Amino acid sequence: MGFNSIVCVKQVPDTANITSDAMTPEGTVNRSALPTIFNPEDLHALETALEVRDRFGGTVTVVTMGPPKAADVLRACLYRGADRAVLLTDRRAAASDTLATSYILSQAVKTIGDYDFVFCGRQAIDGDTAQTGPQIAEKLAIPQVTYLESVVDVQETPSKVARIRRNIGNGYEIVDVQLPALITVIETANEPRPFAAKKVMRNKHAAVPAEVTPEKAEELKAKGLLLEQWTLDDINADLNRCGLAGSPTKVFRVESIVLTKEGFTEIAPTEEGIASLIQELISDRTL
Amino acid sequence: MGKPNRQGEVWVFAEQQDGVLADVSLELCGKARELADRLGVKAGAVLPGYQVGDLPKQLIAYGIDRVYVVDDPCLKNFTSSPYAQVVCKMIEKYEPQIMLFGASPLGRDLAPRIASETRSGLTADCTDLDISDVTDNRTKETHENLLLQIRPAFGGNIIATIVNYDSWPQMATVREGVMSMKDADETRTGEIIAEKVDGLDALAELVKVIERHVEDRKVNLKAARIIVAGGGGVGSKENFEQIRELAGALGGVVGASRAAVDSGFIGKEYQIGQTGTTVRPALYIAVGISGAVQHRAGMEESAKIIAINNDPQAPIFSVAHYGIVGDLNKVVPMLTKALRNRRRED
Repeated sequence: MGFNSIVCVKQVPDTANITSDAMTPEGTVNRSALPTIFNPEDLHALETALEVRDRFGGTVTVVTMGPPKAADVLRACLYRGADRAVLLTDRRAAASDTLATSYILSQAVKTIGDYDFVFCGRQAIDGDTAQTGPQIAEKLAIPQVTYLESVVDVQETPSKVARIRRNIGNGYEIVDVQLPALITVIETANEPRPFAAKKVMRNKHAAVPAEVTPEKAEELKAKGLLLEQWTLDDINADLNRCGLAGSPTKVFRVESIVLTKEGFTEIAPTEEGIASLIQELISDRTL
Repeated sequence: MGKPNRQGEVWVFAEQQDGVLADVSLELCGKARELADRLGVKAGAVLPGYQVGDLPKQLIAYGIDRVYVVDDPCLKNFTSSPYAQVVCKMIEKYEPQIMLFGASPLGRDLAPRIASETRSGLTADCTDLDISDVTDNRTKETHENLLLQIRPAFGGNIIATIVNYDSWPQMATVREGVMSMKDADETRTGEIIAEKVDGLDALAELVKVIERHVEDRKVNLKAARIIVAGGGGVGSKENFEQIRELAGALGGVVGASRAAVDSGFIGKEYQIGQTGTTVRPALYIAVGISGAVQHRAGMEESAKIIAINNDPQAPIFSVAHYGIVGDLNKVVPMLTKALRNRRRED
């Protein structure tokens, strides 16, 4: 019994600490020059799933889509207590917009199967769109509850229902949602737990096949440390709905704004300087 | 779904709560009017709700030609599934070419679900919208009169222009305060079209709103003509009093950066920026605010920006018209005093 959760997580470039080194002269982003982090709100989604398991029983499976290096975030999930981790990696998934990404993740969720909750962070810091969660919900034909602050309670019979407190911008709402449902989680929901030392010891050598040699993979498999690695074929994805082909939004133009720095009028921090500033604001009718 | 319909209307999702239309929807009515005129088509609005009263007339006053109303008890409270069903059915029936949503918590919940169902492209948080012919770099094919969806990306470090060539309607969300609200014209006329959508009862069962707590917005940053905002550099709650005094001397209101809110100097309702309120006052004074992109995104449209900071390298200066490099504990009282003296001279 209990409640099974699937958590969608993402490894993202650390856009908050971006520097001009990461921008090419053409104004595009050099992703390889950026450090990567666990998308912040996805950590809160994971914490919510772990809390549900701790309180009501069940399992927590994490899935991420990305290059082999994205297995880093899977290990970080295992260190915190996730039961199972899946990497979806496939070159044909590159250049997916939110619609194609949500299609791929929904196929992965269906392949994992037997779930009550799908948790996602509200949004990822490399796009800030908050679109993928609701789009996965639609593709799975299940209800969605966005901006979770807390799981108030759950009910198992006669049917599975969760009572959730969600943020509505100018306040909050308590809703009852029929499960299975997709829930997006905001950063004020909880405090993500730290790594558990024992779990780090157990999983620090865990890897996906793409990260290691075939011999090493066999060795890890024998120890139960080989993480699952799927392609689009493993999730029965329609290739016309993945990658560039499945992405209706096209980037037509990109301009860098990090390199452009406009001039400003410097005012001396003196009484004279301030008097001249006030005079100027009066003459242009700002004051 | 999704073939371009070049005769299609330009639509706005009319967001309402408890019989009041969201400001962002009214702002978008003006934008939809402008885009529709350029395309030579009508502007429409979809209004799901219950007992919507004279809201359709308000939408018309703000520039809409045709309001599609779905009035149903299942739509009393917003929940995603029935609302998405209503909008999808209307899109299917009338095939608008453009669909705009406010990037409010509600709009950002609803729009992606609709885009997923209609398999259309959706661009979040646009800061500008335009119409232009676009040549596809790959196929060299020219597409006439596409919606240019312009938005910051990558934490605000780049500005991207997004288009949808063939998966229509072209959808975008726009944050509150980004488009200016046009004046209402009560003499405008338009059509109100009552529609019905089947099967809402079952969808309304999926999520039930048990209770809702709405906090009154005591602070009206959006309407303020002058804002004095303090950041982490202000240093303490007590020191924030200087910000209030300066705002008082200017007849303005107080705002804050996220750093100031997180440090507990002031409440979250005063926060300006990507996760707070977007403002565009006549004068914005940033005191002790370094100017992270998330903050700049919420205030850089201000007509005049004055930055006061002791770090000449602070990014806030990149959007400032006037910069004062110095200790805010000296500069702010000096400025307050000079302004008060000016009042006395008047």
